[in-house]
Amino acid sequence: MSELDRRAFLLRSGALGCSLSASPFLTPVSFASTPGDNRLVVIILRGAMDGLDVVRPYGAPELQEYRPRLMADLTDDTDLDGFYALHPALMGLMPLWRSGDLAFAQAVSTPYRDKRSHFDGQDLLEAGTGQDVLKPRDGWLNRLLQTMPQVTSETAFAVGREDLKLLSGAAPVSSWSPDGRLDLSPQARLLLEQVYHEDPLFRDAGLEALHLAESLGVASDDSFGLSKRDMRLQVNMTAEAGQADTLAQFAATRLNESARIAAFSISGWDTHRAQQRGLQRVLQKLGSAILTLKSELGSNWEHTAIVAMTEFGRTARENGSMGTDHGTGGALILAGGAISGGRVFGEWPGLSERDLYARRDLMPTQDVRSYPAWLMQGMFGLKQAALELSVFPGLKLGRDPGLLA
Amino acid sequence: MGFSPTKAAIRFGEGLSPDLPPPQSIEDILGQLASRDTVADLHPVPVFSALLPDFAAVTNARRAARRGRDTDDAEALDDAYRDARRTLVRSQISDAKQMFARSIITEAPFRERLVRFWGDHFTVVGTNAMMRNAVPHYLEEAIRPHVAGRFADMLKAVVTHPMMLLYLDQSSSFGPNSPAARGRRGLNENFARELLELHILGVGHSYAQADVHEMAKLLTGLTANAAQGFSFRPNRAEPGAEIILGRSYGGESANLADIFEALENLALHPTTANHLARKLAVHFTSDTPDPAMVDAMAGAYRDADGALMPMYNAMLNHRFSWESFGQKVKQPIDFVTSAFRALSLPTRSVERLKLNKLRSYVAGPLSAMGQPLFQPDGPDGWPEAAEDWITPQGLAARLQWSMAAPSAFYRGLPDPRGFAESALADLADDRVRFVARSAETRREGIGLILSSPAFQRR
Repeated sequence: MSELDRRAFLLRSGALGCSLSASPFLTPVSFASTPGDNRLVVIILRGAMDGLDVVRPYGAPELQEYRPRLMADLTDDTDLDGFYALHPALMGLMPLWRSGDLAFAQAVSTPYRDKRSHFDGQDLLEAGTGQDVLKPRDGWLNRLLQTMPQVTSETAFAVGREDLKLLSGAAPVSSWSPDGRLDLSPQARLLLEQVYHEDPLFRDAGLEALHLAESLGVASDDSFGLSKRDMRLQVNMTAEAGQADTLAQFAATRLNESARIAAFSISGWDTHRAQQRGLQRVLQKLGSAILTLKSELGSNWEHTAIVAMTEFGRTARENGSMGTDHGTGGALILAGGAISGGRVFGEWPGLSERDLYARRDLMPTQDVRSYPAWLMQGMFGLKQAALELSVFPGLKLGRDPGLLA
Repeated sequence: MGFSPTKAAIRFGEGLSPDLPPPQSIEDILGQLASRDTVADLHPVPVFSALLPDFAAVTNARRAARRGRDTDDAEALDDAYRDARRTLVRSQISDAKQMFARSIITEAPFRERLVRFWGDHFTVVGTNAMMRNAVPHYLEEAIRPHVAGRFADMLKAVVTHPMMLLYLDQSSSFGPNSPAARGRRGLNENFARELLELHILGVGHSYAQADVHEMAKLLTGLTANAAQGFSFRPNRAEPGAEIILGRSYGGESANLADIFEALENLALHPTTANHLARKLAVHFTSDTPDPAMVDAMAGAYRDADGALMPMYNAMLNHRFSWESFGQKVKQPIDFVTSAFRALSLPTRSVERLKLNKLRSYVAGPLSAMGQPLFQPDGPDGWPEAAEDWITPQGLAARLQWSMAAPSAFYRGLPDPRGFAESALADLADDRVRFVARSAETRREGIGLILSSPAFQRR
């Protein structure tokens, strides 16, 4: 909730009898102007994506030796650049690779080491801090917003049901799920403001829900409109709302309006067993989400960068059950018309036993935070000092390898 | 700011009911666990093992249908497979409804809360269509009998449970040098890591990657499948001893007792005591619990050799449990069950609920509120922080349900003014009372009371 909204709300909520037309919830809210034309989409891949299977370094002689069964489907037509090959489930993205709208970074990681816990790993990925910093409450994408001018609550959207820590913090953001609706009579709305008045958590979330439902056109002022049929339709929408395509579509719709930043997550990457099947399923979701963003964004695609990141990579060797266990160095995916793609970025560390991290994982040679940092530098004009001190504390930002077209 | 019956019913129970008295003392709350589990007799749920014949029937029908694909019987076999599946799902759904019925009428609501708490601590998700709705049966078998017992006993029940072994891939893990691996199969670290990190010690500095690896080796041999349930297969076990946190286990012929010995020892580790105490305190009292209370709880657990009742006792008898009232927000499932209980929904209308209506008014809304039934995102279970639940989208879903669901279950809703008193008693504040008498309709009045922080918080 912006400061202005809060003040208006406090003024209004004292007087229950105030005229209904004074409530901003009853009239559509106009969108304010926003900072620039560039758009950034962050996709969190929960569960630790196996970077070595997604961007396969087939030029390394050890790969087939470490992963005889996982690499059985390696073919020529998935070749990217003579050293790396793409996982076959992402073949639908090959046209983007060829047109320079798709890139990868290999052997990257957050500063998180050794414990290999998904949950701490994801907390750190979203916090954007170094390993020593005790869990801060805000996320790096929110700290980006804190440095940007003219930010409104419509500038950034956290899409989906979860509370996305990546975007939480002092700057105003919107958080909504594609199946969200709110049907309340005018009287019920006013009474609700009364009952939430002294509870900041409920008051802020409730006000934002009313505001968003109104501005997204998913509100009605009829509390009685929920027939059995409505409820069934709602259930179907809820079932679809968790799907990556639906999240991507919702994000694109916001980005075509006044939003410039959107984030959502895709889970299901924890492939300890039967990885071929599991990874294929989730890569198809990711690929489809990227293609949905492209088609829905239309001409705005040219000003868009998508970055998909995961908490850590997986073991260099396949395990005893056709899967991989938790590792360290991993891969990152970049897409969008703003990207200067067709390349795999990063410093390849090699796969020989002595090159591995703890003789088990791909050695991380670069801080994964550098990539979103370079994007922010190029797209939103952030200064190196702001990036290294505030957005990503402790990051040593090297030279931009030229991520942007 | 000490004990109050209303707070006790809301914080450590399923909320107030117009038909049942709240606990009158801390001894009352603990006494619920000492008394016979009568609500489980009234609303029985079969244990997971009892479903094995049904699983086998579905599996056999599927095989028969596949084998007979090109024969004259193909259609009949397909029908038989479909019927077997339907029968199983139908009985599982009616079992799930019993969980709601129990919450509405139980006189021992602390037990229901503890079953959900420990069920979340030992989160499982069904790995296929047959298992997806078998969570109530897992809880009935591995969790419920142990909530007032010893943690190690619950741990052993979980570690040998098919739902857990399949969910965290233990069934796919082989000792690399075991006969069954035949040089082709090997370790899968998944369960070993989550066991140490989530279930026992908690993430921290008490263990290292080497302990995870050793634990994975020690666990080899544990396996399960849908047809036979749990089994320990020595020919899958890695030969030799394993060293975990400096102690050696096994080394002779592989057997389950070595695994149990390790679990018994780890359950009594001071780090485990702290991990469990903190988790329990966070769930029931505050996202930032008083460290002194957590210490007292951990100490009580250690002094009692890992018995859980003394830990509950230490929590309930600490003033922080009562002073911090209101800091927690009900999770969606708790919100829905406490609303049913407050509305005194007849249990037979829950039991008779048609699948469509169950989807529309319970399962679907729970998903929209962020807590899809039996489908947490990962083995760490549901989040605890109030901010994780009271998001704009999550609160909107609670509002929608509050307005729509009660009248779908009742012909005549109660008067909101009376409902505010019976659902919140002395915690009904002026704002709630004002809303209760100012709403234009009963439906909105009830909806607003259910949506109020006074009803949502605990």
